[in-house]
Amino acid sequence: MCPARKSARRSPASRKQSVRGPAVAEPHLPSETELRRIAERILRLSDADETEVEVDAAVDALTRFANNTIHQNVAEQTLNVSVRTVFDGQTARATTNKTDDESLRRVVATSKTLARSQPKTPGLLPMPGRQKYAAVQRYFPGTAGATPDDRARAVAAVVSRAEKNAQTAAGIFSTGAFAMLLANSRGLCATHRQTRAEFSVTMLEGDSSGWAKANSPDLRQLDPEALAAAASEKSAASRHPREVEPGRWTVILEPSAVQDLVGFLSYDFAGTAVLDQRSCFNKRIGKKVMGENVTLRDDVTHPLQFGAPFDGEGVPRQKVLLVDRGVPKNLVYARATAKKMKTSTTGHGFPLPNDVGEAPLNLVLDGGNTSVPEMVASTDRGILLTRLWYIREVDPYEKILTGMTRDGSFLVENGRIVAGIRNFRFNQNILEMLSSVEQLSPAVRAAGEESFEIVAPAMKIRDFHFTEVTKF
Amino acid sequence: MQEWANLALETARVRGASFADARVMDIRQRDLSTKNGQVGTLSELESLGLGVRVMANGCWGFASTDRLTREGAQSCAAQAVKIARASALAKRHDVVLVPEQAHVDTWQNPFIKDPFAIPLEAQLGLLLAADAEMRRVAGVTLAETSMQFRRIEQWYASSLGSRIHQIKMQSGAGIVAMSFAGNEIQKRSYPASFGGQHQLAGYELIESLDLVAHAPRVAEEAVALHKAAMCPEGQRDIILESSQLGLQIHESVGHPIELDRVLGMEANFAGMSFLTLDKLGKLRYASDIVNVVADARLEHGPGLGTFGYDDEGVPAQCTDIIKAGLFTGYLSDRETAATIALRRSGGTMRAESWNRLPMIRMTNVSLLPGEWRYDDLIADTDDAILMATNRSWSIDDRRYHFQFSTEIGWEIKGGKKGRMIKNPSYSGITTEFWNSCDAICSRDHWTLWGTPNCGKGQPQQTMGTGHGASPSRFRNVRVGVAFAK
Repeated sequence: MCPARKSARRSPASRKQSVRGPAVAEPHLPSETELRRIAERILRLSDADETEVEVDAAVDALTRFANNTIHQNVAEQTLNVSVRTVFDGQTARATTNKTDDESLRRVVATSKTLARSQPKTPGLLPMPGRQKYAAVQRYFPGTAGATPDDRARAVAAVVSRAEKNAQTAAGIFSTGAFAMLLANSRGLCATHRQTRAEFSVTMLEGDSSGWAKANSPDLRQLDPEALAAAASEKSAASRHPREVEPGRWTVILEPSAVQDLVGFLSYDFAGTAVLDQRSCFNKRIGKKVMGENVTLRDDVTHPLQFGAPFDGEGVPRQKVLLVDRGVPKNLVYARATAKKMKTSTTGHGFPLPNDVGEAPLNLVLDGGNTSVPEMVASTDRGILLTRLWYIREVDPYEKILTGMTRDGSFLVENGRIVAGIRNFRFNQNILEMLSSVEQLSPAVRAAGEESFEIVAPAMKIRDFHFTEVTKF
Repeated sequence: MQEWANLALETARVRGASFADARVMDIRQRDLSTKNGQVGTLSELESLGLGVRVMANGCWGFASTDRLTREGAQSCAAQAVKIARASALAKRHDVVLVPEQAHVDTWQNPFIKDPFAIPLEAQLGLLLAADAEMRRVAGVTLAETSMQFRRIEQWYASSLGSRIHQIKMQSGAGIVAMSFAGNEIQKRSYPASFGGQHQLAGYELIESLDLVAHAPRVAEEAVALHKAAMCPEGQRDIILESSQLGLQIHESVGHPIELDRVLGMEANFAGMSFLTLDKLGKLRYASDIVNVVADARLEHGPGLGTFGYDDEGVPAQCTDIIKAGLFTGYLSDRETAATIALRRSGGTMRAESWNRLPMIRMTNVSLLPGEWRYDDLIADTDDAILMATNRSWSIDDRRYHFQFSTEIGWEIKGGKKGRMIKNPSYSGITTEFWNSCDAICSRDHWTLWGTPNCGKGQPQQTMGTGHGASPSRFRNVRVGVAFAK
């Protein structure tokens, strides 16, 4: 029977069963065994010299609210099968979200066709074999099992607070779970499961706003009402914002603002970026380009970090000291980059083939002992910033970034917050900024908008460069 | 595929939804890139699934699945209804939609050459040839090229009775040369930065770009920038070439006119808009030579915002946004149109994929051509900086204050194009900037640019938008502040 006829015979319109169908099946992650079976089918189907398969599955839901009501409420269930084949110096990738036999055969065939269509890549390495990985516990069943009602009830409580305070709430509450399996024809098999919950809230009034956000693999670590209270207080405290003059200011950056700026350095620590002469650390490794109080490392096993303990080829992620007391010390390397640069891989490569090589994605910035209130108390004249926005790179080597302040910008005078202010545009050299850090708070799991998660402290910084002011 | 959408609608109805629509999308994408003479990315992706949006208890719910089976479609629709009922736990009022007719139609954008039928060897060969041409120029430290093709086939069904089948074919390509020397990384891109030019077109677009022929100039300019004069700081007249002006339109016109932003629905992430409802029909957005439209119709051109119907079944339309300088229109959907008492949606709802909720997105938000010949504009300019090809962009969350920098600039002195300028940047307040526009070049110099990477929404969605523009002059703009000490 030809496939078309078979398909037509099974078409839903021809069925006479009840359209009401079965009870609502809650989306759930496939088991590791199910992922492994798909991977094994791919490996059996491929006759390439080498084959790698990654199976990713996710169940995510997000409840979005604005104007004190839920206005968008979504859920998705996805599964992708990504296949990389290798033939004598040629490699390519094909991905599908269909798992029937015909689709799996096609995804293998497509990968092979793509691979064979290109010139040979000199020095393409054989795939890695079996590896051992650090244990990370990032899966919490209570987070995976959160329901739309759970999220809606939390949002309803936040909206009640907003209405009581004559404010308007907007934000998101998301929960989800993710599972992956990476295997190759040399016997490597790596698996990872994690959950994730995130709550973000903006409280708005006539001429002011405040924002707070947090995330965790464990839903129990989130306190939406406490975050809403913090955002509400910031909005109230920044009413009737003053316009103050741009220029060089002492600033106190809360952890999310630090995250969004420091995260822009991540790709500069890639060995490939240095080889390509596009990294700001080109010719700066070993030189003191930041302050003595700045130490940055990459550590996937840190208890406040997310992610799998292996990279895109299944190589174990190692802890790497990137900046030691202001001195860039080390880069990260995928296997191919390490070979070119005559060093060892650190397990930070992206899935092959790719242009960018690798990057540290689990940054941990050492903190200090000064709380944000203590930073404020020690400041004669400065600005406290909650959140930054639309950050873009102006100069890739001098590492000048531009962006805006948002949702909670305050003038500090004589050791206390005296007023909200209109938002600024900054143009700031980040290496100079990290040379001007006066105080640091203890590091926390920061939650920003413009970078992946970083464990970061709040920072008090001198001479931060605001260049213009906007209208609100 | 239409049957899965139909089944989802019927399940939603039985479960109590007062309205539902469903989309099956089948997406195929190919990505190719090279770097310094070697193939970088070489991949294909296919993704097929169903997204179901329902209204129940006066609230929205959306669910999606990649399980295109009877049980999968039914379960997905039932889940959407369950989610909508949960939404009602924090409801302020019932959602109201403006009316829309049922449409039964098929639509496909025209193209000449199917990019997926072009041999991979030919596509890679073209990129590697352009890559080699750039690396021939001494001083080039990094050469990169890329191509991307995307075919989107979708089947839409709504409880209004619409059944719409659409196929969209997108193509794009670009090249970049970088040069590191001293303490500077300089860069030139062609035909535009961040992936080049993208349109709703076939491989004929790639051939028309003639990447290999432009590669030497791009490379030479990247190297020459090291010795160019620094962009001055102060107030100057500027002329923006069309791709940079396309991005200026995107950020300072396209986003602020999104009605969901205006109504606070994006307040937590993408932000709001200075274009509050009181400004419609009253605000002098721009000088009186400025006319901007949001046009999704094929007759506007093969933009990334061109389609037959949007993702809630509303036909493509043209909306006047700025007419002779006056602010005249928003981008709307059926819900926001009802909120501000419009009679009909502007037809701007689009979703990145089957697993994403449609939302208001720019269509082709374009500055209509003026009357100037380009040579006449240069000849008419005494003292200005001509800026080309975006390098960075940033704007505040209400779209008042922006700052852009471009890859390259040239002095215009006494009506002639003069020496090269490096690190050009300019900044301003949106309405002040657009009111300073005093010359727009004609249709002969007008290009419909594609922006393939517009981010919006939570979970974030990436969407392609179109922006037609021709070189234009703006008076007394602040320049050079990005590099101010």
